Amino acid sequence: MTTLSYIFLLPLIAAFVLALVPRNFAVIMRLGAVIATFITAILAVKMFWGFDSAVADANGYKFVSTIPWLGAESLGLACKLGVDGINVGLVLMGAIVAFAAACCSWEIKSREKEFYILLLVMTGGILGAFASLDLFFFYFFHELALVPTFIMIGLWGRGEKKNYAAFQITLYLSAGALIALIGLIALYLAVPVELRTFDIPTLTNYFLNNPMAAATQNFIFPLLLFGFGILVSLWPFHTWAPIGYGSAPTATAMLHAGVLKKFGLYGLIRVALPMMPEAAQSWMHVLAWLCVGNLLYCGWVAMQQKNFNWLVGYSSVAHMGFIFLGIASLTLVGVTGAVLVMVAHGFLAALTFGLSGYIYQQTGTLEMKDLGGLLRKLPFIGTALIMAAFAGCGLPGFANFAGEVTVFFGVWQEPSLRLIVVLACWGALIIGAVYMLRAVRNVLHADLPEKWANVSDAPHIWRKLPFIILIFSLVLFGFLPRLLTDKITPVASTIVQMARPVAAREAAVANEVLGLATPASGQAATASDEAAAQPKADTPATTDNQ
Amino acid sequence: MNLSSISLEISVLALGLVVMLADLWLPAERKRGLGYAAAAALGVLLIWNLKGCGSCAVEGVSFGGMFVQDSLSIFFKRFFLVAAILVLILAVEFSDRFAAGVSEYFSLTIFALAGMLFAASANHFALLFVALELITVTFYVLTSFQRSRQVSLEAGIKYLIIGALSSAFMVFGIALVTGISGKMNFTELAEVAGQYAGNKLFLLGVLFVLVGLGFKIAAVPFQIWAPDVYQGAPTPTTAFLAVGSKAAGFVLLLRFLFAGVPAVTVQWTNLLIVISAITILYGNLCALPQRNVKRLLGYSSISHAGYLLLGIAALSTAGRSAVLYYLGGYLFTVIAAFAVIGIVMRHLDTEDVSGLAGLGQRSPLLAATMTISMVSLAGIPPLAGFFGKFLLLKAVIEQGAVNHGYYCLAFVALAGVVMSFYYYFGVVRAIYWGQGSTDLSPITVSVPMKFAIYVCIAGIFFLGLVPGPLMKQTDKAAAVLQPVPEVTAVSSAN
Repeated sequence: MTTLSYIFLLPLIAAFVLALVPRNFAVIMRLGAVIATFITAILAVKMFWGFDSAVADANGYKFVSTIPWLGAESLGLACKLGVDGINVGLVLMGAIVAFAAACCSWEIKSREKEFYILLLVMTGGILGAFASLDLFFFYFFHELALVPTFIMIGLWGRGEKKNYAAFQITLYLSAGALIALIGLIALYLAVPVELRTFDIPTLTNYFLNNPMAAATQNFIFPLLLFGFGILVSLWPFHTWAPIGYGSAPTATAMLHAGVLKKFGLYGLIRVALPMMPEAAQSWMHVLAWLCVGNLLYCGWVAMQQKNFNWLVGYSSVAHMGFIFLGIASLTLVGVTGAVLVMVAHGFLAALTFGLSGYIYQQTGTLEMKDLGGLLRKLPFIGTALIMAAFAGCGLPGFANFAGEVTVFFGVWQEPSLRLIVVLACWGALIIGAVYMLRAVRNVLHADLPEKWANVSDAPHIWRKLPFIILIFSLVLFGFLPRLLTDKITPVASTIVQMARPVAAREAAVANEVLGLATPASGQAATASDEAAAQPKADTPATTDNQ
Repeated sequence: MNLSSISLEISVLALGLVVMLADLWLPAERKRGLGYAAAAALGVLLIWNLKGCGSCAVEGVSFGGMFVQDSLSIFFKRFFLVAAILVLILAVEFSDRFAAGVSEYFSLTIFALAGMLFAASANHFALLFVALELITVTFYVLTSFQRSRQVSLEAGIKYLIIGALSSAFMVFGIALVTGISGKMNFTELAEVAGQYAGNKLFLLGVLFVLVGLGFKIAAVPFQIWAPDVYQGAPTPTTAFLAVGSKAAGFVLLLRFLFAGVPAVTVQWTNLLIVISAITILYGNLCALPQRNVKRLLGYSSISHAGYLLLGIAALSTAGRSAVLYYLGGYLFTVIAAFAVIGIVMRHLDTEDVSGLAGLGQRSPLLAATMTISMVSLAGIPPLAGFFGKFLLLKAVIEQGAVNHGYYCLAFVALAGVVMSFYYYFGVVRAIYWGQGSTDLSPITVSVPMKFAIYVCIAGIFFLGLVPGPLMKQTDKAAAVLQPVPEVTAVSSAN
């Protein structure tokens, strides 16, 4: 048992304990959930802090432990947990967002018991999915987190369309997950009988030494790409996302949009790229062009939205484009940037949905034509929303900027994708700024309609805490992205080398040409990212002037 | 003759007779207690069996090779005993709806169980047919037990006519196979089946036997009775039909296909794939518009027959092991669902999904049970249904390299699963969000019923979370059917 296994087990144990408490004690439910997620978050911070000094096993994973009673030996199935540079940040982000989500659940006034149990199960599932080093449990925990999502949308969702939304999200995400499941089973079966295992590091090593036949790769990779793609709302499979988030209760939207959705991306990086390099290279252009759909089309749709939550939903779909793009570049810098955006967007999405949930709770509507001038009544929430909007359109200082700009640099190294970089910059800088700033103007500025005269700001520190923590995390990783990149880069370079042996060398050369250090020394690479970020920061200003 | 090898079957038959006779002396108000006594007696037999005493201690064949006792038959015997115990508890709860003959219902259930126990060990056409008829004939009665309800009688008659027809097919098939090969015993038949694999009459005979078994498991195109009978029969009968009768069909199918005529089975891979795919699609598509819960579960049971056929079509030990595992999970899931339906809809005339409305407030336990079993049927972790489907899909995809039809089959199964979410979650939705329920009085659940429900819930979670122990059993049971030279030749060729 390591810190990691406690991080993962604590929410599940808390859920079980809450199930035994009689339903009349709603306060205990709430307290239990908040305390459990708080301890989880503290443990996650502790693990993140101690990550560098922790002992790694032979495959480079730290805090490795196995939960003994889960699994089946005859199948090579064991619930093995561990973190490396890529998922340590995701686990940290997941734990913090879970705490924030539990804090933001004031609006739940009916069936508190079920709600908090589901919230804790979802949290446990999410953390388990990101921490799992076993292909089966990786999928298993994701599904475990997915089911509460459906139920929460159906039971505590808002709006008239919540039933439709619950069904749509259920069918879409289940279909995506099942397609990915077929891919994962096929992956497991691609190994000779006597070596079969679900252990991800073992599989990765096996495929490194015995590459899969090209035909098998080209069969499995699309399954994973589109299966995971549906889960991450890859264009054109994104339609579930805005309606789902628009109807979901605040905490669910925060956890799903923020954390759970990253599962598919994490799966692509962790499983698909290193194990199926040839297919990865041939499919990457498809992915790169599809994510233009995310960036431009979904961004454009976001501009047309009248409802703030739908706008945020579409913007969250659009942001997925950056991550896909970073992965599609198959370069060290690109993949590092993708992971950085995954973490940053997790905090951002949770923050935005948390704030919109607060406004909805006060006003009962999120139609932008009905809102306006709320900054006067809600100085704290309004300020936080403005910061979230700035982070969303990629303002330097927030973690999103660090991630997105790293992605752009990474993708630029791949000459065939340069056109997409230009399009993506438009998506990020112009379209993002337009819809975000327009939303800020419609919701916060202008005249205050009389009916909102009695809305009230977050009254005390406990209501403000989740937002403060999320903004702090965004700013922290915005100013010190190296906290993450130092951990990500060594792993990302291994993955990129596996996914693309030849190109990795080219990237190394390119880095040297740019005066950067080799990928292996992560610190230097990060420093160079920041240095490189400098000229880029001027670009939005000049564009805006035009 | 070795009577000790059938001591379990004899005990069960004796129990059935005792229950029937006890009816003569017991006062009417205590007859319900008879059901609990019978369930307890079966529980003792189960524990006795699990401890390895009695007939299951001696593996091997007896009665001139007719009756075989091996890991496969022992697995299924335990399965049937568990199913019968749970069904008897359900039946006691349901018995106030029978006009008369409560104890006959219990004893008929036990006789059906005896038939299933014989079926688990059948290694001979004669025993196969007798066991099957013992099951089917008792079910004719059990189905039409509510004599005052027209739907129940209608269901009984439909089951009778189609059942008799399929029995006729089966006898014809057995006659053809035996007439041509001269063998009734599966072990002997397997040795000569290879020679007759090209003989049209022999193949026709095998096909007819499959028709008979396809009727038992409700595979397309012999599924036509399932929805009507599921809907019309008393709820405990439906539960036993869905679990026991289907499993009996599957154990006979496994024995016949892999121990009896392996040479033909290998030839007919594509037929099995097609039947499996059509069954999955038919069951799921027809379940989509259903409003009657029992009818919905009838169609869903057709689709589950299709999923189970995946494992048989895979023609591998892993596939057969997956079938057994899936049945294990299916047992607890389906009985839990029918237990809830039996309790909730007891006093309603309708069995419409809307009857479940407000269950979340009326009885959180029943609502949670129904939700868990629907989610498990849909195949979502961490419940038993997911792990079973996972094993089946794995077995099918494993064979994909041999025959690309298996990949198509896997995708059909996938489409079926996604479709099934719609109607399973529709039931869950009715429980928690259903409108228009007039009756919000709390539902009381008796202690034995609670016990049965908790056993089912524990089973669903245990099989979903800790697959190891049961997998060990199913692997061992499936390995019994392993030595099939033709099958191994095909798989090693690839």
